[in-house]
Amino acid sequence: MYAYDEIDRTLINERVSEFRDQVKRRLSGELTEDEFKMLRLMNGVYLQLHAYMFRVAIPYGTLSSAQLRKMAHVARRYDRGYGHFTTRQNIQFNWIKLADLPDALEDLAEVGIHAMQTSGNCTRNVTTDQWAGVAPGEVEDPRIWAELLRQYSTLHPEFSFLPRKFKFAITASDHDRAAIKVHDIGLRIHKNAAGETGFEVLVGGGLGRTPFIGKLIKPFVHGRDILSYVESILRVYNQYGRRDNIYKARIKILVHELGIEKFAAEVEEEWIAMRDTALTLDDEVVEDIRSRFTYPHYKTLSDTPDELKSASADPHFEAWRKNSVAPHKVPGYGIVTLSLKPIGGPPGDATADQMDAIADLAEKYSFGEIRVGHEQNLALPHVAKRDLPALWKALDKIGVATPNVNLVTDIIACPGLDYCSLANTRSIPIAQELTHRFANHDTANLIGRLHINISGCINACGHHHVGHIGILGVEKNGEEYYQITIGGRADEHAVVGTLIGPAVPYAEVADVIEDIVEAYLALRQRPDELFVEAVTRLGVEPFKERVYATR
Amino acid sequence: MTSPLQQKIKITGPSVVTANRTWDGVVIYRDTQQGWTTELAKAAIVRTADEARAMLTESAADDVGAIGPYIAPVAVNDNGAIKPGNLREQIRAQGVTIDLPVPA
Repeated sequence: MYAYDEIDRTLINERVSEFRDQVKRRLSGELTEDEFKMLRLMNGVYLQLHAYMFRVAIPYGTLSSAQLRKMAHVARRYDRGYGHFTTRQNIQFNWIKLADLPDALEDLAEVGIHAMQTSGNCTRNVTTDQWAGVAPGEVEDPRIWAELLRQYSTLHPEFSFLPRKFKFAITASDHDRAAIKVHDIGLRIHKNAAGETGFEVLVGGGLGRTPFIGKLIKPFVHGRDILSYVESILRVYNQYGRRDNIYKARIKILVHELGIEKFAAEVEEEWIAMRDTALTLDDEVVEDIRSRFTYPHYKTLSDTPDELKSASADPHFEAWRKNSVAPHKVPGYGIVTLSLKPIGGPPGDATADQMDAIADLAEKYSFGEIRVGHEQNLALPHVAKRDLPALWKALDKIGVATPNVNLVTDIIACPGLDYCSLANTRSIPIAQELTHRFANHDTANLIGRLHINISGCINACGHHHVGHIGILGVEKNGEEYYQITIGGRADEHAVVGTLIGPAVPYAEVADVIEDIVEAYLALRQRPDELFVEAVTRLGVEPFKERVYATR
Repeated sequence: MTSPLQQKIKITGPSVVTANRTWDGVVIYRDTQQGWTTELAKAAIVRTADEARAMLTESAADDVGAIGPYIAPVAVNDNGAIKPGNLREQIRAQGVTIDLPVPA
């Protein structure tokens, strides 16, 4: 956990007072909606179909039990008793009243939580690997650098009015769980030949209307230079990024149109002029941030405790353990993913009661720490293996132990037309139907790792482009239709999926996905050839033929 | 961005003016008394572009009470009952099409 200092606490509290005054002036008519809109967006307040939506940042996906309890409190007191975890390590409340928002913000500020820069054309919440700091083989904890970037970018005057929103993601593992290749800037921490820590920098990734995989701009930037280097990128973007056309305003378009070589040359020129300035990080600054992260005092524990051996006789426990518990860097501990994808449930939603219970369980079993992943699940990052049987029973009781992590029912979905004012079609009912179709755990296990991502419009909040199977809702003559892509992925081998053919109507989507999965099962070379690997080997044609031959 | 009032208004059938209420964001409709109602059944119906423009102008003047007024299609049956004209408006009028995680 990172402990905020007095500067952070003052900033957050002042922000609450400022927003309280802005809301008061809006409600009295002193501010028009045109004047107020940008102010509310900078505090994470959108207007959706039925109500305001309040998006709260969970910096680098790390929460304390106290913070999660406060989110439960906000859900219960100001909303309808639940929250929705998003694909960018935020939580959204869907029914909040404008008049209540200052109080909700004030309550969250008590535990250091805020909504700054969760919207607007600024640098957004910096995201990272939900297993940061505990994943075996990690170069170092990427949250230290994420926090550094958070401090640097929060309310940065030069970058508060960028051509468009701007998203950073960081990983320090070989396996990318942070989807860095589909972010405006993706950073991969690694060490050079001299053993120095630095960053591989990718730029111009993104989804939305025009998806691009991030391009390598610099293979190694030393840690001390990372702020000056990313500032150089932001400056070039701020200068040349388009402001006349919202659809062409993201940095990915600029990088694409200039070409990575020319864009990199512009950045290099800017960087040479500023790299040895105040933005150069001395070790003291980095160490100060590092020192404010506290880590658990792990015990020396058996990696194969008796409790685990006896519990393994229970097939339900074993199914969950095999699916939801990942190796930890410390022997005797595991990382436990909590599935927010129950069969028939809206992906990523958690009730206030669940949040409170998870906060309690985190205190009891995970040193009071919870993580949020971009796949819309939670994780307890420091669970002693001997505690797994007891934890499983408790998680199962509150409905977050469905053993479907990374399986076909672990679906990423945006809120879609049920909530969102931008959406053309619904996403959640499609996800719900698919979870019913593949509810049988043995079937899901037989299929293996398969990521289905659903977006209710071209803005791609459900990351459909990089789903192994992507589902994009489009409206045709007032009816909901869905385009299907296959072969996408968001990890270190990120690639945009390929459209298999004409869009299909709402009622046929689940049938089509079943056809695709059946085709895969028939065509795969061996049981451990993943769906996405089979698509890479075979191309889309066999799947296309299966889907459209009878339609 | 072009203001709704500056956009060319085309309507192809009965329509209403709808918006969200400022203090809580709730869906509202312009009524026949130049006020707002949360019930689609009590919304004022317009049938021509001129009527729609006039009601939109009047609605937009209430910036304190309502956000983002726009014209939405409806269907009016023989008994005068008003129904939303598309799925988006159906969801706005009747709520989400799924069960909420916590029943109301």
